[in-house]
Amino acid sequence: MNLILIALLVLGITGLLSALILFFVAKKFYVEEDPRIDKVAEVLPGANCGGCGFAGCRAIAEACVKADSLDGLLCPVGGQAVMQQVGDILGLAPAQSEPKVAVVRCNGTCEARPRTSSYEGAQSCRIVNSLYVGETACAFGCLGCGDCVNACQFDAIHINPQTGLPEVDDDKCVACGACAKACPRNIIELRKKGPKSRRVWVSCVNKDKGAVARKACLNACIGCGKCQKECQFGAITVENNVAYIDWEKCRLCRKCVAVCPTGAIHEINFPPKPAPKPVEAEVKPAVEAKVETAKPVEVKAEAKPVEVKVEQKQEEVKQ
Amino acid sequence: MKTFSIGGVHPNDNKVYSAHKKIVEVPLPKKAIIPLVQHIGAPAKAIVQKGDKVLVGQLIAEAGGFVSAPVHSPVSGTVSKLDTTLDAWGMRVPAIFIDVEGDEWLPVIDRTNTINSVCKLDSKDIIEKIKNAGIVGLGGACFPTHVKLMPPPGKKAEVLIVNGVECEPYLTCDHELMLEHGEEIIVGIQILMKALNIEKAVIGIERNKEDAIGYIRRLAAHTLGIMVEPLKLKYPQGGEKQLIDACIHRQVPSGALPIEVGAVVDNVATVYAVYQAVQKNQPLISRVITLTGKEVKNPGNYLVRFGTPLSEVIEFAGGVPENTGKIIGGGPMMGRAMNNVDMPANKRVSGLLFMPKEESHRLEVKNCIRCAKCVQACPMGLEPYLLSKYSQLQRWDDMEKHDVMDCIECGCCQFTCPSNRPLLDYIRNGKQTVGGIIRQRAQK
Repeated sequence: MNLILIALLVLGITGLLSALILFFVAKKFYVEEDPRIDKVAEVLPGANCGGCGFAGCRAIAEACVKADSLDGLLCPVGGQAVMQQVGDILGLAPAQSEPKVAVVRCNGTCEARPRTSSYEGAQSCRIVNSLYVGETACAFGCLGCGDCVNACQFDAIHINPQTGLPEVDDDKCVACGACAKACPRNIIELRKKGPKSRRVWVSCVNKDKGAVARKACLNACIGCGKCQKECQFGAITVENNVAYIDWEKCRLCRKCVAVCPTGAIHEINFPPKPAPKPVEAEVKPAVEAKVETAKPVEVKAEAKPVEVKVEQKQEEVKQ
Repeated sequence: MKTFSIGGVHPNDNKVYSAHKKIVEVPLPKKAIIPLVQHIGAPAKAIVQKGDKVLVGQLIAEAGGFVSAPVHSPVSGTVSKLDTTLDAWGMRVPAIFIDVEGDEWLPVIDRTNTINSVCKLDSKDIIEKIKNAGIVGLGGACFPTHVKLMPPPGKKAEVLIVNGVECEPYLTCDHELMLEHGEEIIVGIQILMKALNIEKAVIGIERNKEDAIGYIRRLAAHTLGIMVEPLKLKYPQGGEKQLIDACIHRQVPSGALPIEVGAVVDNVATVYAVYQAVQKNQPLISRVITLTGKEVKNPGNYLVRFGTPLSEVIEFAGGVPENTGKIIGGGPMMGRAMNNVDMPANKRVSGLLFMPKEESHRLEVKNCIRCAKCVQACPMGLEPYLLSKYSQLQRWDDMEKHDVMDCIECGCCQFTCPSNRPLLDYIRNGKQTVGGIIRQRAQK
């Protein structure tokens, strides 16, 4: 009986003493932390993807709290909505930002880009890229091993077995940029998501001369410059035999898509063009665009197919 | 019998197909393509223009830096264009295109076969001549030879080690070169000894080349300081550091060059090129390559002028066997499968190996069973299983800590792995990345 009592007493006293020590230590070494950090961290998605450029969600929360303005601080996962909430907590105005999305700039499908060899080594684009040109003759195109798929934490990018190319799921993509970083050939780019997810981009990064590029892939950009001439907004530049559309300048008129001889320029999420007057749909906007400033928006809208309307409105907002 | 102390594997040497086949000269191509990057270091700079007439042996591109090598015209004719060509792996490299007209050599080049064993030049002149002849290590790494011959201040070369090991399975070009040009090689060694100002040279030859051992030994008996060292068969004995360990029992420390232990290593083919350059004024414009494989019609050793498309060499040797699954540039251990056989022969290509379909596939990759065979096989004492995992996880700092830069990419780990894991693929990529990080850091 005594033994039990002694044991209980010893344990109890030890526990009590430890508790007291801990209590005073906690008081003495208490770290003052801005309570807002916790609040901000709570609002953030907690994906710790690193897309914002910080080590994790808590790191950007600390940065937000420390910063005087929210310029340059953006959570790509949460987007504008989350940054608004953060701004509310901190009493700051969130920086205006365009929602972005990852865009795959290669359209060398299995049919267009014939295989010239077969690779059985380690299945990683990084390794293939360091070893040789890849299974096709294009030294710039997608290698198809799926390093981008492995890098994505949001299940937003997948290899399409039909084409052998990665495809981005717009709804899931948060534009964290992990896939763009993982791609050894810099094919994936973060571009403006565009109104209603409508985008136009050059889906090729082949810097070879036209004939060489074309030989390797039927869908390659051959750097002919037709799109550059067609574009009235100066959005397209052709450098190193490959065209590039600046998404800041692009007005989504899609004239470049029509003139591209190889189909390297892609459009996405546009409604199908009105079937009966396919010619008009392409010519009309050209005329409209020239007199853009003179005419009121409503008049334009009448004459135009639906998709152009949206784009024009977008312009107005910007102006 | 001597060999190196740690690691190594014993692949079947398969040299029977092309061994003892006399060196045959391949006819000149109609159009020669000469790549400007045929060595490690800065690319050479072209000094000819379109339309220029060139002779065999004429300088057409000068060295782009200290660690670089000039390029000479291997053919005579007219420069048709300066453009890019595809290398063995399908990547574009700058090259000079020459339309071949006849075979006119520069008059200073001595084309006779008489052996000229008297070299009156002093060390400085010899090195200058080697440098101007564009000689690089023909064992595989293509490191400019003149750089090796100029030890940094404070370091002194004590012994020249000549690499006649040819540990790569299938390849026999060095073996045949020793048998046919042994005398020239001995003179070449004496020239290199003079250039380095040393008294001792060791020729390491593996025991599967007994005739070469006997022949070179007989020739070396008349000279002072040259010794032949027969070595026990083990791959990768031809690796610089392994050969030094095997021949003179000195271990090159991690990250250091052979000169640290007073050794300079040169391949027999390089030594032969040195002889040609110093005694015959002939720059490096051709080399012997082995064309071999189980089903090749005429396997053998071919003397190829650089710039000849390899497809023409293959055609000359009887074409690609029907059942070919892959063509490897170099030997089966360190060589890499080629993506483009139209590439021109150059200083880097030591052999062409045709693998039949059934042998050319990789086996199914299974899980690592932690048997540590790769650790046992690694001749550099590294941990391949760990390094490949770090590379997969992109943990470059850890890779550097575990001495990935010491890896010689010999492939022993992958060869010995019972789970067929692509260890070297990952380690090689990691080594490239870590090397880049280290260089970046050094620049800062």
